[in-house]
Amino acid sequence: MSGTYLGMPAFPEAAREAVGNATLRGNLRHATHTIRAKRAKAVSEVSDWAELREAGKRIKDHTLRHLDRYLVQLEESVTAAGGVVHWAADADEANEIVTRLVKMTGEPEAVKVKSMATQEIGLNEALEAEGIRAYETDLAELIVQLGKDRPSHILVPAIHRNRGEIRDIFTREMSEWGRPAPEGLTDTPAELAETARLHLREKFLRARVGISGANFMVAETGTLVVVESEGNGRMCLTLPETLISVVGIEKIVPTWQDLEVFLQTLPRSSTAERMNPYTSTWTGTTDEDGPQNFHLVLLDNGRTDTLADEVGRQALRCIRCSACLNVCPVYERAGGHAYGSVYPGPIGAILSPQLRGTGSEIDASLPYASSLCGACYEVCPVAIDIPEVLVHLRERVVQGGEVTRAGNKVVLRPAKGHAAERAAMRAARWAFLHPGALRTGQRAASRTRRFHPRTLPGPGRAWSGTRELPPVPAEPFRDWWQRTRGGKDGDR
Amino acid sequence: MNSRERILGRVRRALADVPADETPLSRDYLREHGRRSAAQTVDLLAENLADYRALVHRCTDGELADLIMRLLAERGSRTVLVPPGLPPYWLKASDVTQVHDRAASTAHELDRVDSVVTGCAVAIAETGTLVLDGSPDQGRRRITLVPDHHICVVRVPGQVVSSVPQGLERLDPARPLTWISGPSATSDIELDRVEGVHGPRTLEVILVGED
Repeated sequence: MSGTYLGMPAFPEAAREAVGNATLRGNLRHATHTIRAKRAKAVSEVSDWAELREAGKRIKDHTLRHLDRYLVQLEESVTAAGGVVHWAADADEANEIVTRLVKMTGEPEAVKVKSMATQEIGLNEALEAEGIRAYETDLAELIVQLGKDRPSHILVPAIHRNRGEIRDIFTREMSEWGRPAPEGLTDTPAELAETARLHLREKFLRARVGISGANFMVAETGTLVVVESEGNGRMCLTLPETLISVVGIEKIVPTWQDLEVFLQTLPRSSTAERMNPYTSTWTGTTDEDGPQNFHLVLLDNGRTDTLADEVGRQALRCIRCSACLNVCPVYERAGGHAYGSVYPGPIGAILSPQLRGTGSEIDASLPYASSLCGACYEVCPVAIDIPEVLVHLRERVVQGGEVTRAGNKVVLRPAKGHAAERAAMRAARWAFLHPGALRTGQRAASRTRRFHPRTLPGPGRAWSGTRELPPVPAEPFRDWWQRTRGGKDGDR
Repeated sequence: MNSRERILGRVRRALADVPADETPLSRDYLREHGRRSAAQTVDLLAENLADYRALVHRCTDGELADLIMRLLAERGSRTVLVPPGLPPYWLKASDVTQVHDRAASTAHELDRVDSVVTGCAVAIAETGTLVLDGSPDQGRRRITLVPDHHICVVRVPGQVVSSVPQGLERLDPARPLTWISGPSATSDIELDRVEGVHGPRTLEVILVGED
């Protein structure tokens, strides 16, 4: 992944700052609550939602389990349709390929469709370093780019900004990048959208190079699919002469027919619409219509490592709808930046530590950035059991063990900072294996009830600082059972 | 070893646990939602298009030319983009300057055109979606994108299907497709939907029945 996020503090520290920001919390609360009710309504319109969700899960699983076959098939069909396929093992390689392709056109700039994959690899920064300017054209990505900010949501990267802040950013920054914002710009969303339209139009009309990601790639036909709302995607996919698409290898579906599932579940899960305003599909190049040079860059960047984990690989089913972010109580309060990755929220908490490994402080803390309430699993249109993967990753952080990094099997050492937890679990295990000791301990705990502290001393302090300690009952369960035989002899 | 071999090798090693025989996919979701007559399906299309702020008109084939003339006049359009295979009688009542869809046109030239009139490949009622596939009556993808006013003619009930699965069945993936569900919109400001960003801000749909 890109270096932008290296050295990020662990989630609890980053979240503490966000939670103290009243404006941010208000913005997030408003936005997530708006979309929740709408999503529920959009989903309830479809009587076979459960079947569509199951089919989506199975199609994605099947594809992932035979990914080598489908990658080769995709390469063949894209090539046959006039596209050129490139393979990038990591972010640096993908950036090199795209930079080289843009330089071959001789153009100093490119227009971009919103793409998580290019955010993940830090493509804009890589192009900038080579003197190429990449213009974000999605409204929210534009807000983030103008504000020198970082995205905080998969669907709406500027979700942490409210209309007033957006107006201020437009007024202050637009003139640096092109057409300035009009005098006396107000903060009505329609006027802000109009300002973005005018600002970006000149860039679209002169663009010679477009850069995109893709929501789906069809192995059977070589077709790429981009799902969007604004039309900036259509602009970038049809007006330039050269189109470069950077897509994660997990975005494949086997057949054209498979799209019938995802084109129903994705819009309803993400923007809570029956259908998003625009969907573009293209297969290689078409004579006299759209870009005549098409390059597809297939990106690994940690995806094959994720695939090697039998529990964690389900994260690769993700179709980036963002429903899990919008229902997550932790995301709603902490915001996206605290997750230290372009993939925030519940999906980010299981995707980032797998794509990047759990070596850094932020990645080792992400599996804990959850209350395990399961709301994310309920709404996921491809039924990713996020809580299951979170628990699995917690175990990996605490105990270490064998993982795959950059294609090689390595043995992880247990992470620092979990010694107390490990000691407590070992002690519990020993106690449960020695019933006599357990009984003695329970009786002692019951008799000293009145003297128990409200918080734990020493290493337990961090744990009890945010939790109520459970009260100890007057007698252990086993003593009660022996005395009353399960209540049959009357309690007391 | 190049990156292609490296990635494919990593994938194969990662999938060492996967057995060769896998259960086939189940597709027990519906082919369409609910049971409707052809007329009811057209009504649903009109309703869903209007719900997403498209302007929907209905007429017979004989009334089509006059309706298109009226819509262009009300808009004040002086120029209209015309795909090569658009039936000439659609525009026979309109006295606006016709601009032809040519490969040589620049994006700036298209930007100066007021309106565009096209047919479509298929329309999906359940989602209120029009699909264009670049056929001669629809032209290149960019002509329905750059002008600010798009009039799309749908033949009903012949071009209307109920559902997304039925729509995909009728489409050819080898052709570049544009799926349009209302005018362009965004939810990027506070996750609230606003219509009208980069695509045509006015989408008019004419549902043409037989005389």
